Amino acid sequence: MRIATAKETYIADEGLLVTSTQRAWMGVLLAMLVLAPFVLNQYWLYLACLVAINVASATGLNILTGFTGLVSLGQAAFMAVGAYTVAFFEGQVGTPFLLNILAAGLVSALVGVLVGIPSLRVKGLYLAIATIAASVILHFVFTHWVSVTGGVRGINVAPARLFGLELASPFALYFVIVPITCLMVLGAANLFRTRIGRAFIAIRDRDISAEVLGIPLLKYKLMSFALSSFYAGVAGGMWAYFFRVVTPESFPFATSIFFLAAVIVGGLGTIIGSVLGAAFMTLVPELLKYVVDWLAPIFPNAGAALSPVRTIVFGALIILFLVFEPHGLAEMVRRARRFFHLWPFRT
Amino acid sequence: MNAAPASAATPAPIAAHLAVDGLGLWFGGLRALTDVSFEVKKGSITALIGPNGAGKTSLFNCISGFYRPRAGAIRLDGVDITRTHPPERAKAGLARTFQNIALFKGMTVLDNIKLGRHAHMKTNLLQALTYWGAARAEEMELRAEVERQIIDFLEIDHIRNKPVASLSYGLQKRVELARALAMRPRLLMLDEPVAGMNREETEDMARFILDVKEEWGISILMVEHDMAMVMDISDHVVVLNFGKVIAQGLPAEVQGNPEVAAAYLGSGDPAELMRRLSGVGEAA
Repeated sequence: MRIATAKETYIADEGLLVTSTQRAWMGVLLAMLVLAPFVLNQYWLYLACLVAINVASATGLNILTGFTGLVSLGQAAFMAVGAYTVAFFEGQVGTPFLLNILAAGLVSALVGVLVGIPSLRVKGLYLAIATIAASVILHFVFTHWVSVTGGVRGINVAPARLFGLELASPFALYFVIVPITCLMVLGAANLFRTRIGRAFIAIRDRDISAEVLGIPLLKYKLMSFALSSFYAGVAGGMWAYFFRVVTPESFPFATSIFFLAAVIVGGLGTIIGSVLGAAFMTLVPELLKYVVDWLAPIFPNAGAALSPVRTIVFGALIILFLVFEPHGLAEMVRRARRFFHLWPFRT
Repeated sequence: MNAAPASAATPAPIAAHLAVDGLGLWFGGLRALTDVSFEVKKGSITALIGPNGAGKTSLFNCISGFYRPRAGAIRLDGVDITRTHPPERAKAGLARTFQNIALFKGMTVLDNIKLGRHAHMKTNLLQALTYWGAARAEEMELRAEVERQIIDFLEIDHIRNKPVASLSYGLQKRVELARALAMRPRLLMLDEPVAGMNREETEDMARFILDVKEEWGISILMVEHDMAMVMDISDHVVVLNFGKVIAQGLPAEVQGNPEVAAAYLGSGDPAELMRRLSGVGEAA
């Protein structure tokens, strides 16, 4: 049981990790992230990179939808903008890898601001529809602006190069993608300790009184859109270097729904929720594949019979989450923490 | 954490003078306000009273910038602010609370209060993402100031880390006052600060309002239905009825005005109003 956490300074009281238990867990997590590439095989490293890319994008969407309350179904389109930016800069301009990733974020942020303009007037479902419309327009641009995007055939992306090393395998890319994602998640966590993060939450909770408190709504809504699409753009840029080809079908509309589902399952308006939600949505279908393989000797012909069931189980898991844990995985973590804080007493 | 006594640390923002001059507001054919003029003197408590539907909240919304009046002018220290947007007015020193509490439910008490300072802070997006240097220094300065000047002053240190949704009604009203004070107001507007409160909570709130006036030295404009409290703590009372100012002056003068009695009671007997008011004062 923990009685209290006494702090002597405000800096300590407003830290991201306030208890020694939290710091210990964070240390364990970081150690695991560092050791993972030397332990995991090629397939699991591939999945780890994919999770990291999705975490970056989900964190961005959570800033916009979870913290600012602006529902967006355009996250896949923003990722596509980032991926095409990387493909264009890598192929036709030849600028260095990290600069391309940054450019992907910035171009995507610019597009995000344009898409976000209607958000001053429309909210909720209407805004969601407006972002769908923007996705459709962007898809049209990707297919028809052949000189830049390569049309329906898309563009092949050369492997990333850093300090003269070619980053072609998941093993090599892991050391770039995971740190970038970690920095982005840290940035988001910091944001919500400052006046800008508070302004976002205020707009979500009660936009009219936010305005009376001196928060210009349009400026902050557009800032949230820009930041969210920056995250999506960087994630899309990393995606382009990871899969090495970008086509209009790389980021179908279903991907936007995937990210919205990830932040809802993880927990809207929480940083840890974006991480857990993206990991859950990426890994659970793979884990279910293992379950099917494991059942194969017991059920004859399991592969053929159980593959469709896998999809159904995944869908059912999401529904169960919405019904029984509407605040997402983040709430389960919070409850587990409270249990250990109060132990041996019960709530 | 709760060091220096509130009085020693309380800042002295310069009280503002508010002048409302010939204000008119109508929605289609409905005249909400007609030629409303009054002023709030520096460092005074001015109460705005009137029966339901008299236009008090419309007037408040015009002053805080939600509604754009069709006629007239609003001046803060002589500067015309009639056409400015709410965030600019917040920066100029106008702060308000709402009739139906307008706190941010997803945040703690501390974060709600900190939000009040938003317009006076400078951290930009890049600094916010890194939380280095200036951003952290600014947050720490804010935290220390909020703790010292507001949380101690309003006696809410025991709830600073609680989510506002878990608090009682009276405490939520107090947190809203705290948030308004964090805005460094020069004119504080309170929309029914004690509505729906019990006797004890009302007395606490009245004491806090008087303390704000005395220790912070700022001007206060409030809408309130609790007559006993209005008559007790106001320096100046403005009475609205059907969107017009029907009387204004010292509390005692307004109480004795037959028109005010007529507006509230339907008959023009000031003695009856006085009797009822004192009755309310004793009973409530």
